[in-house]
Amino acid sequence: MGVKLLLEKANVPGIRSFDVYRREGGYATAEKALKEMTIEAIVEEVKKSGLRGRGGAGFPAGMKWSFIAKPEGVPRHLVCNADESEPGTFKDRYLMEFLPHLLIEGLLISSFALGSNDTYIYIRGEYAWVATILEEAIVEATKNGFLGKNILGTGFDCMIHVHRGAGAYICGEETALIESLEGKRGNPRIKPPFPAIQGLWMRPTVVNNVETLAAIVPIIKMGGDEYAKIGVGRSTGTKLISACGNINKPGVYEIDMTISVEDFIYSDEYCGGIANGKKLKACIPGGSSVPILPANLLLKTAKGETRYMNYESLSDGGFATGSMMGSGGFIILDEDQCIVKNTLTLARFYRHESCGQCSPCREGTGWMEKILQKIELGKGESSDIDLLWDIQRKIEGNTICPLGDAAAWPVAAAIRHFRDEFEWHIQNRELSQTSNFGLQHYADPIHVPA
Amino acid sequence: MSLQFNNEQMTEFNGLVARYPEGKQKSALLPVLHLAQDSFGGWLPTEAMDYVAGLLKIEPIEVYEVATFYSMYNLKPVGKFVFEVCQTGPCMISGSDNIIAYIQKQLDIKPGETTKDGIFTLKLVECLGACGYAPMMQVGKIYREHLTKEKVDAIIAEYRMQVIVQN
Ligand SMILES: Cc1cc2nc3c(=O)[nH]c(=O)nc-3n(C[C@H](O)[C@H](O)[C@H](O)COP(=O)(O)O)c2cc1C
Ligand code: SF4
Ligand code: FES
Repeated sequence: MGVKLLLEKANVPGIRSFDVYRREGGYATAEKALKEMTIEAIVEEVKKSGLRGRGGAGFPAGMKWSFIAKPEGVPRHLVCNADESEPGTFKDRYLMEFLPHLLIEGLLISSFALGSNDTYIYIRGEYAWVATILEEAIVEATKNGFLGKNILGTGFDCMIHVHRGAGAYICGEETALIESLEGKRGNPRIKPPFPAIQGLWMRPTVVNNVETLAAIVPIIKMGGDEYAKIGVGRSTGTKLISACGNINKPGVYEIDMTISVEDFIYSDEYCGGIANGKKLKACIPGGSSVPILPANLLLKTAKGETRYMNYESLSDGGFATGSMMGSGGFIILDEDQCIVKNTLTLARFYRHESCGQCSPCREGTGWMEKILQKIELGKGESSDIDLLWDIQRKIEGNTICPLGDAAAWPVAAAIRHFRDEFEWHIQNRELSQTSNFGLQHYADPIHVPA
Repeated sequence: MSLQFNNEQMTEFNGLVARYPEGKQKSALLPVLHLAQDSFGGWLPTEAMDYVAGLLKIEPIEVYEVATFYSMYNLKPVGKFVFEVCQTGPCMISGSDNIIAYIQKQLDIKPGETTKDGIFTLKLVECLGACGYAPMMQVGKIYREHLTKEKVDAIIAEYRMQVIVQN
């Protein structure tokens, strides 16, 4: 069994309630932070921990906190990003659903460190029952003096408010999230100014992911140095992985980032192997936006070394032969899955979720969906593959926010590694409607179109 | 008859607005639109949006802009129960196509349509954050996960029963 820092108590009966959470040692860390530590000391521990943002970008949390502007007389805000809409990702939901007080405790410590008296949890609108669980936990914490005015007699006031979104993936992007929290359409803002200077209501704001903020509790409890000893290299601490697709045991797992991808997929403690005795074909290891990898490149890097479940190893080889840790949404495809169809559903997703502000993203996502649809329906032409490649290249790097890149990467990676499957679809228009390319062979990883 | 929140809904409205600083009441727009949709029959007629604009002291256009952007707001009437079935990659590779086809057959409607008796609407949606429990759909405020044909039949029967009991 690996180290568990976040989910250790997830199976304790009643842990969702304040009383049980408290009896299990909950809120002791918040007490220590608020009563015995200075703001600087807390930020220092977070820096030492090496904690990287768990929302997808992996930006060091301590560094982000140290950027927050502190102009005299202007309130600051912490916003917890619980929009969780990246396909394949459902770890934040698990954390909030089963351990709401762990998140509240993390938010309290973080709000104290950042000087946020009004902290918001922006939760995706569809998680309505999770919002209710959080609201109930907030009421309990307030009744017990851990939220509200003059918390624990320290003079610090803090209220946490739950804000439900209404169905828009783009609101997970931090500036779109802020716009949405202001009651507007979720159109990302042009940066700078960065939220740390002018964010919510033009006030200094830090936006962090649910898991990032929950991890603050074990970090303050054990100290940043101890936390940093878990894991490897710049992948410190533990990471939640939501595993789904064609595996025996889909679910949310906490890993220390020293486990190999192969062990994670095949060991009974985690995914339990590929379902129905099938073979592994491909994997999207970090949420739908990150490059898909064929089985051979997933389990071993291009250099033939074992690949591990951590930031560095998953991205080993760059986009040519590697992928990314991303949000921790781990999607497994077995031998029966069609790469064209899978890529099409993702292209449709990004077309649907583009906010429409930038032409390359708005138009490009529409075109990619149309062409993929054509190939999938057995109407593709051989020039379509290069056209797709060309469109994705024109989106990447040419947009206001990273959704454009997120839409381009899955298409690029699918063509890069599975070009032969696309070609097969085009050459076998009728056959492709009734059967699958399957595992005919794994595309040559060096086979990159110009 | 003009749309209005009743006392209980008004209390909830005031609670929502109180979550944001003075003068920033527009921030309550998304949660208030959820409340309006829940209170006024599952969708947002123009009248409801204008009413919300008045309550929050903002222009109606500011409400329309938002209501048309977010996928959870219905701008047309929907059935009593909306089956929002996820069709994105992870659900697709876990068999959502079969479930979608089965629901269409059982309800005799296509995506976007409502049954003649006004009870069910079928909507195809994108990833709902339940990929590990696929295939799945959202019905109202809850998720129905690990769907099978048998489960779909049971769920349809369950909601039909609810309607009979209520009438
Ligand atoms: C299109 C898009 C969607 C995103 N969705 C989420 C999300 O659902 N949850 C999240 O925490 N971060 C999401 N992010 C990343 C956020 O912009 C931001 O980097 C993150 O919330 C910062 O928190 P962290 O540093 O703790 O990871 C998204 C980014 C983009 C571009
Ligand atoms: S890249 Fe796409 S989602 Fe992002 S701002 Fe531009 S149009 Fe909107
Ligand atoms: S893909 Fe269906 S819930 Fe995520």
